[in-house]
Amino acid sequence: MSLLELRGVTVRYRQPGDGARDLAAVDGVDFAIAEHEMLGLVGESGCGKTTLGRSILRLVPLAAGEVHWRGRRIDGLSQRAFRPLRRELQCVFQDPHACLDPRMTIAASVAEPLRALERGLAPVERARRARLRLEEVGIADELARRYPHQLSGGQLQRAVIARALIVDPGFVVCDEPVSALDVTIQGQIVELLGRIRVERRLASLFISHNLAVVARLCERVMVMYRGRIVETGTRRDIVSAPLHPYTRELLDAVPVIDVRARERLLRRAQRARPAAVDRAPAGGCAFAARCPHALPLCRAERPQLMKAESGRQVACHRAGEWPGGLPSSMAG
Amino acid sequence: MTALLAVRSLTVDFAASPPVRAVDSVDLSVAERESVAIVGESGSGKSQLLHACTGLLAPNGRATGSVRFDGMELLGPGNRAAAVRGRGIGFVFQDASGSLTPHRRVGDQLAEIASATRGLDRDASRIESRRLLDCVHLPDAGQRLREYPHELSGGMRQRVAIALALAARPRLLFADEPTTALDVTVQAEILALLAGLCREFGMALLLVTHDLGVVASLADRIAVMNAGRLVETAAAADFLRGPKHPYSASLLAAVPTLAGLQ
Repeated sequence: MSLLELRGVTVRYRQPGDGARDLAAVDGVDFAIAEHEMLGLVGESGCGKTTLGRSILRLVPLAAGEVHWRGRRIDGLSQRAFRPLRRELQCVFQDPHACLDPRMTIAASVAEPLRALERGLAPVERARRARLRLEEVGIADELARRYPHQLSGGQLQRAVIARALIVDPGFVVCDEPVSALDVTIQGQIVELLGRIRVERRLASLFISHNLAVVARLCERVMVMYRGRIVETGTRRDIVSAPLHPYTRELLDAVPVIDVRARERLLRRAQRARPAAVDRAPAGGCAFAARCPHALPLCRAERPQLMKAESGRQVACHRAGEWPGGLPSSMAG
Repeated sequence: MTALLAVRSLTVDFAASPPVRAVDSVDLSVAERESVAIVGESGSGKSQLLHACTGLLAPNGRATGSVRFDGMELLGPGNRAAAVRGRGIGFVFQDASGSLTPHRRVGDQLAEIASATRGLDRDASRIESRRLLDCVHLPDAGQRLREYPHELSGGMRQRVAIALALAARPRLLFADEPTTALDVTVQAEILALLAGLCREFGMALLLVTHDLGVVASLADRIAVMNAGRLVETAAAADFLRGPKHPYSASLLAAVPTLAGLQ
């Protein structure tokens, strides 16, 4: 049995005007996360990855679909019935400044979830647990007595991670936890999350727009484009043999640092195409407008997410034509 | 090669308690048409260096040393830095929204800069706005000119901010973390755009970033900054073959890549 399973999850946002223009931010997404698994979710801004993460945490209402936690359906629960699950399901967001109360010390913020989720715990015990969790993420007592504005972004994100861990959750949604940080600090936080995953065997959904970061941490990766999953596979499959042209594009965007980088950039500049167009053909593949491999079929008919070899899935009419993966357009 | 921008012993101090030295005796030059990148972590002083050169320091900041643009000293009395902003040195910031006026149409903002800095008349500046949006590869330029900044995506806003800087036809472009707030795919597009525009307009570029992955492809020369000082300056090709300073090496190692995963 999966730890967490989503079936046909759909989230719609109201657009101004009539209901017909409602935007399906998440459109019929199915996936499952196993016990102890850290699943990666990658896609660009606006693709619905954050909304998908929030749909698990019941922070957005579902228009359709089901969410199952340890075999039990949890999407229809009342707020009161959902409350015990708040302990199990935690989250870490992108901007740590926005997640911490500027008027509370770091230690007090980290202990705060216990006040709500473990009522009756003595203040001394809350403080003790906060200290332990802060130690686990590498924040010394002296820093814990300070206020958020006195800490760096990396230190704050460590505190936010400690706060997510303080209730011993079974699952954490990490939504772009390193994107707001300097690259050097990003590496340290990625390392910390990797260590926590190993030590706690904690299941999680790791969301990022950077495939290089996702592939560092997650064995299995899902690629999302405009509300739908377009490819899933092991990190090896996704990185070395991508089947969906959008996955290829994400890979090509990861910098390769060598002396030929300049050459590649100038080549890219020469055939610079217009900025990504925001309109998807009605009924066709949402990526068709941007896709270098699109056929008339792609604009007419939407490809479904189909099983490919060795447990992979891909939603592309032409994926069968490149079973060994799409080669990089940056090569040559 | 004579330098377009020559920075000598530039030091920036902020009056605070205790006082903060953000930039410490920095020497740096940028030649005509050259692309130079300054790489460093948050707080290393790299943005303050750009601000000091263009007279944009906060009121409690003080710059000493020398900054010459095309032979003219910008520091000292007279605020000559203000005179070179725009036509001499253009500026693109991390947050494109900060460069755009929220309540005015994109086209009006572009036309205003073009007419104020280059004396174009109403019709000429309208045509120029349209052309600038084409230069930054914004689709549906005609439509976009009539839109407000909030109607654009983050990547499109950054393209418009670049077009705004280009509207004055600067000889040198300062870009402060121009891609940091953007998705990786959009980052790659904006970098390619900047590289192409520098060529097309014969413009020099001084780019500041914390991400070496960004500059590896764009810069002719790379300068690494740590705690207010330049610790290494090298031709990009030499730098990428093997940086000399251990701090530079750690920055290079921090860039998330797919190495070892393929």
